[in-house]
Amino acid sequence: MRIARRELLAGTAASVLALGCTSAAARMVAGNLPWKPDAGTPPPVSANPGVWVFFTPEEGAAVEALVDRLIPPDPQTPGGKDAGCAVFIDRQLAGPFGNSRALYMRPPFADGTPQQGPQSPLTPAMRYRQSLAALDKYCREAFAGKSFAQLSDAQKDDVIGRLEKGPIHLEGASATGFFEMLLRNTREGFFADPVYGGNRNMVGWKMIGFPGARYDYRDWVDKHNQRYPLPPVGISGRPEWGGA
Amino acid sequence: MTQKLPATDVVIIGLGWTGAILAEALTRAGLNVVAIERGPWRDTATDFPTTYAQDELRYHIRHDLFLRPAQETMTFRNNAGQTALPMRTWGSFMPPNGVGGGGVHWNAETWRFLPTDFQLRSHLTQRYGAKFLPADMTIQDWGVTYDDLEPYYDRFEYLCGTSGKAGNIKGVKQDGGNPYEGARSREYPTPPQTQPYGPSLFADAARSMGYKPFPQPSGNLSQAYTNWLGVTLAPCTYCGFCEWFGCGNYSKASPQTTLLPVLVRRPNFEARTECEVAQINLDRSRKRATGVTYVDIDGRSWEQPADLVLLCAFQLFNVHLLLHSGIGTPYDPQTGEGVIGRNYSYQVTSSVTAFFDDKNFNPFISSGAIGMCIDDYNGDNFDHGPLGFVGGGYMGGVQTNGRPILTTSTPKGTPNWGPAWKKAVKENYLSTYQFVTHGSCYSYRDAFLDLDPTYTDRLGRKLLRITFDFHDNELKMSRYITDRLADIVEKLEPRTMEKNPRTGPYNSTVYQTTHTCGGAIMGSDPKTSALNRYLQSWDVPNLFVTGATAFPQNAGYNPTNTVCALAFWAADAIVNQYLKSPGPLVQA
Repeated sequence: MRIARRELLAGTAASVLALGCTSAAARMVAGNLPWKPDAGTPPPVSANPGVWVFFTPEEGAAVEALVDRLIPPDPQTPGGKDAGCAVFIDRQLAGPFGNSRALYMRPPFADGTPQQGPQSPLTPAMRYRQSLAALDKYCREAFAGKSFAQLSDAQKDDVIGRLEKGPIHLEGASATGFFEMLLRNTREGFFADPVYGGNRNMVGWKMIGFPGARYDYRDWVDKHNQRYPLPPVGISGRPEWGGA
Repeated sequence: MTQKLPATDVVIIGLGWTGAILAEALTRAGLNVVAIERGPWRDTATDFPTTYAQDELRYHIRHDLFLRPAQETMTFRNNAGQTALPMRTWGSFMPPNGVGGGGVHWNAETWRFLPTDFQLRSHLTQRYGAKFLPADMTIQDWGVTYDDLEPYYDRFEYLCGTSGKAGNIKGVKQDGGNPYEGARSREYPTPPQTQPYGPSLFADAARSMGYKPFPQPSGNLSQAYTNWLGVTLAPCTYCGFCEWFGCGNYSKASPQTTLLPVLVRRPNFEARTECEVAQINLDRSRKRATGVTYVDIDGRSWEQPADLVLLCAFQLFNVHLLLHSGIGTPYDPQTGEGVIGRNYSYQVTSSVTAFFDDKNFNPFISSGAIGMCIDDYNGDNFDHGPLGFVGGGYMGGVQTNGRPILTTSTPKGTPNWGPAWKKAVKENYLSTYQFVTHGSCYSYRDAFLDLDPTYTDRLGRKLLRITFDFHDNELKMSRYITDRLADIVEKLEPRTMEKNPRTGPYNSTVYQTTHTCGGAIMGSDPKTSALNRYLQSWDVPNLFVTGATAFPQNAGYNPTNTVCALAFWAADAIVNQYLKSPGPLVQA
């Protein structure tokens, strides 16, 4: 029984790459607790704004326009665009989420019941690419050559409503499937730790009163019905500390 | 080509809670033990540091600590008339991976089952008559009793330092504890955790209606504790990153915080990680296991001979390895015969979401097992005669987290996006509380596990196939106990309240719990069980199988305390009986 090393690695923690296992056991642990800082799960690498990693400039503009209508700005809290949701999605699509590296992607692919879960052979990266191209085509046909980002807010909301409810036809892509994925990823970007590029300046957390990665509330657990007094903190600290 | 390694006394497949418990007992008894674990080594300081363990996206949303479906998954269908399809990503449950197994990322609710849960068929038949049970319900007695297991529940709780309040010590009822629990030999090792606002409100409302609420038993500790192995746990900080996460504070009971520091220093213990057992090997008689064959990270195959094989993987993978290794007779749903794959069951959870105007729950101040509960509607603690169903669950105000990606409730009718959604999230985050029930799931003739005819894993093995749906009995139960929960919540006068009883069909994409059960169940008859009362295989006596795999059906509680009590019970049987005279511990 021998299978490709690449295939084995695809299914397990990336850290094993560094271990260079040649013994009878992939890794033998005996005598002592093995101790290497951050050995098993290294800390996430900070995603900073800048050029798109996955999106083309046109795709990036469309996604920024989409997330800014899904979570629109208001006087107290920025919208999805300024919160970094599009940057978040871009970085996620460029990584293991985007390529479905951890998922079971063996054929045959067949449509099942909703209870059986997603069965698409397409990865999220492929679905975004196809759906955004189809959305662009749809908008240019329906709105005299305009891209989604060039529409008025009312027109954008109308298109998004059609994506959500399904009457829109996106060539080669499921409109509702794309809407659901986009909405889920936008919310993730709004509320995930800022280290991933969204929730910039912890605006999502400030909006609802979530203190983030504080990790110790022993002094407040019995202060019933009293607002927690400290501002949020991320796993890279707070912006004024020079972190994310 | 498979290379043969020197023999060892014991090989353990999977180094989670039960593998670590058995390894500790058998190395203490002087045996040489090799544990083979599919996932990586994991330890608090290196893998769950307090500097970045609190990452909702990475651990909860992207499943960083869990088995990768690319490595192994299952196929699923609701009934035998459908074609099963692979679970390409995880949904309704989260199979664990790595050293510590599910013990790393559990919420640490540490419940005991009720005495009647272990004699379920006899008890219900005696009280209501055999005709009261649905004809296709295949519930069984366990072959062990609560009294058999009580010392082993105690041993696990005192390993973990469980925080709680006893309701019954040696038959004497105790104020403040669960009045329905079986008699325990002594008080919990540590007092209950401090309750936040939501659980306290629930307890007040329940008390005003004559119920006797009590703190949920918690493996997240109220204070520092040193266990009987000399390992010390720290007090919980109510950080709100418990289930799905490793604990960076050494305050959640896990193999890492209770057993491994001692076990790994024993000279007769060795763990091999990132090694996947491909099959259990049998001799020509097929009545004796000779060891296991495993594949290491480089794709090389090794045979590890052993006198005793302990199958301690997650419930589903135990069944998969038994089927794949040809041990025991596979279950046939047509005839009802065969035992491997029989009586697959789950858990039936539900909730009541209450929206308030004048309350701030600080939902992020929480631990996995904090909460105030009542047990009046669990098991057979209430008269089912007029109700037309059996089973039940505990219910209460339990506060597990306020992590915002998934814990932002908005009232029904709120748009999914746009200004109205944003406003509703902002207004409701701190002032919404989800009260829960945790209900039983009984077993049925048409709910089972077998091998899929189409889909294979990376080793070329057929995937395990799950055929499962909820039955009317369970859905009726869920409606009833959700209504009783709503009666209590109503006393708190929320602005609005939404009842969410479990409905069918079972949906494999919606997270419910990781409490999958059965498939190689314990019992007293080899025709209807795969394991005897000591978790020993009826077919291969030098093989023992741990985990919820052995549950003939599931009770209305979280399973870990019972899973681990059974592991201690089996460990004692191996050390005190089997090693003296290797062979079947029960004559069929």
